[in-house]
Amino acid sequence: MRSVSIIGCGLTKFGEHWEMSFRELIAEAGVKAIESANIEGKTIQAIYGGCMASGRLIGQEHIGALIADQFGLNPIPATRVEAACASGGVALRSGILAVLSGAYDIVAVGGVEKMTEVSTEHASFALGGAGDQETELFHGATFPSLYALMARRHMEEFGTTEEQMAACAVKNHKNACNNPNAQFQRAITIEDVMNSGYVASPLKLLDCSPITDGAATLILCETEKAKKLCENPVEIIASTQASDSLALTGRKSLTEMAATKIAAKEAFEKAKLQAKDIDFAEVHDCFTIAEILATEDIGFFKKGEGGKAVEKGKTSLDGEIPINPSGGLKAKGHPVGATGVAQAIETFLQLRGEAEKRQVKDAKIGLTHNVGGSGATAVVHIYKAIGGKR
Amino acid sequence: MVHNSLPLQWRKYPERYYLRGNYCENCKTSFFPQRQICPNCRRKGKLVEKETPYTGKIVSWTEVSVAPFGFENETPYFLAIIELENKVKILSQIVDSKKEKIKTGAKVKKLFRKISDIDPEGAIAYGYKFKVVD
Repeated sequence: MRSVSIIGCGLTKFGEHWEMSFRELIAEAGVKAIESANIEGKTIQAIYGGCMASGRLIGQEHIGALIADQFGLNPIPATRVEAACASGGVALRSGILAVLSGAYDIVAVGGVEKMTEVSTEHASFALGGAGDQETELFHGATFPSLYALMARRHMEEFGTTEEQMAACAVKNHKNACNNPNAQFQRAITIEDVMNSGYVASPLKLLDCSPITDGAATLILCETEKAKKLCENPVEIIASTQASDSLALTGRKSLTEMAATKIAAKEAFEKAKLQAKDIDFAEVHDCFTIAEILATEDIGFFKKGEGGKAVEKGKTSLDGEIPINPSGGLKAKGHPVGATGVAQAIETFLQLRGEAEKRQVKDAKIGLTHNVGGSGATAVVHIYKAIGGKR
Repeated sequence: MVHNSLPLQWRKYPERYYLRGNYCENCKTSFFPQRQICPNCRRKGKLVEKETPYTGKIVSWTEVSVAPFGFENETPYFLAIIELENKVKILSQIVDSKKEKIKTGAKVKKLFRKISDIDPEGAIAYGYKFKVVD
């Protein structure tokens, strides 16, 4: 049975890159990844690139070919993958499936978004396309408002508080202080979050991930080959994905994401592991409530306990299950198409012991969780450190 | 702007003006908006057109302070997920209601309102909003 490992990664700094274009961002991530894998670029056989909304954000489609050209890797096949904010995660999964199929031994997986070329209003409208245009956006719904509807319900059903949600943001900002690629490398307090003003009640400005430019690239390789090419590859031992209705109104429950639950359950079955075996996770905290939902739906905590867990420090870097050591989408930044790939990069670094001041102690098994829209797509990956050439 | 597309408005009259959904006679489930196949019964389903009730109750709500493109002049406004009497859930603005009455469990009824008028060349879009009833 073939298996897939990561042998290299490249990440741009996340933030407002007024000095850099879309193509410069992805080229920088790609070059760094190829150098990090220490392979010849021409050994890469195909590219999968996650990108959500380049058409609305920079007026450019046909991103697959653009990435191949920017990597200097024409004429290899290059495919854009779009699944809203899960584009990066689904691109990673596409690359994994391509290697597992035997079609290729080495592929590059990119993710990129250039979001600050347009006004915040236009960026919000572009992001809104991740929801249901006809029954949500048409009525004036925004992404914060959709997550606010979930947050309110979670508060009323389980007693989750605004302070508990704020604690997610505080923790993630704290982690980002030790991530040189993070957009917000500064600490905030619960009071800062509580005073930051409602965007869509009960969510406030500092409950929300920012608008970010950034790019990320991974080099994937068939595992037996990876062990020969690389000293410390990271094996991907599960890759799962599930779908649900685009609109929130189509969901069975507002307080759980069924797609996350299903993808996580299948990933644990594939990896022959349980939630308690995971040493740390990068989860999709586009809003603080999303992190609480994710930690419950993946199975780290019982339904309704996620808010209390973060408040008690269980998800802190030195807690029982560190969540978002990178700073998460909230503080590292959320260039939507790049996010799923960047989560895998953080996991790769953590499992190789290369995460510097934000290193999770004794990290052996990591998990990433990437969501599209308000929960219509969920992608889960589980990773394991393995030895390679000596 | 897709919100104000004329053919789209014309296609949506039954849905947006009269809450016309559909109903599967096989599994007795109502849908809004209309579905092309019943997700429960798939090929065995039997979908027929059916209007959705105009009353229901709030399941969750939010007060939107930062609006998307085209809704900037309307803030703050209320959005809610409403469960209609046939169990169908619908997302809508809540208008003509006192703020303190907008809460989970509050009974609401459908109104006919202008939704979007942001494209000077396009059609004015009308449709449903809801209000709290005492």
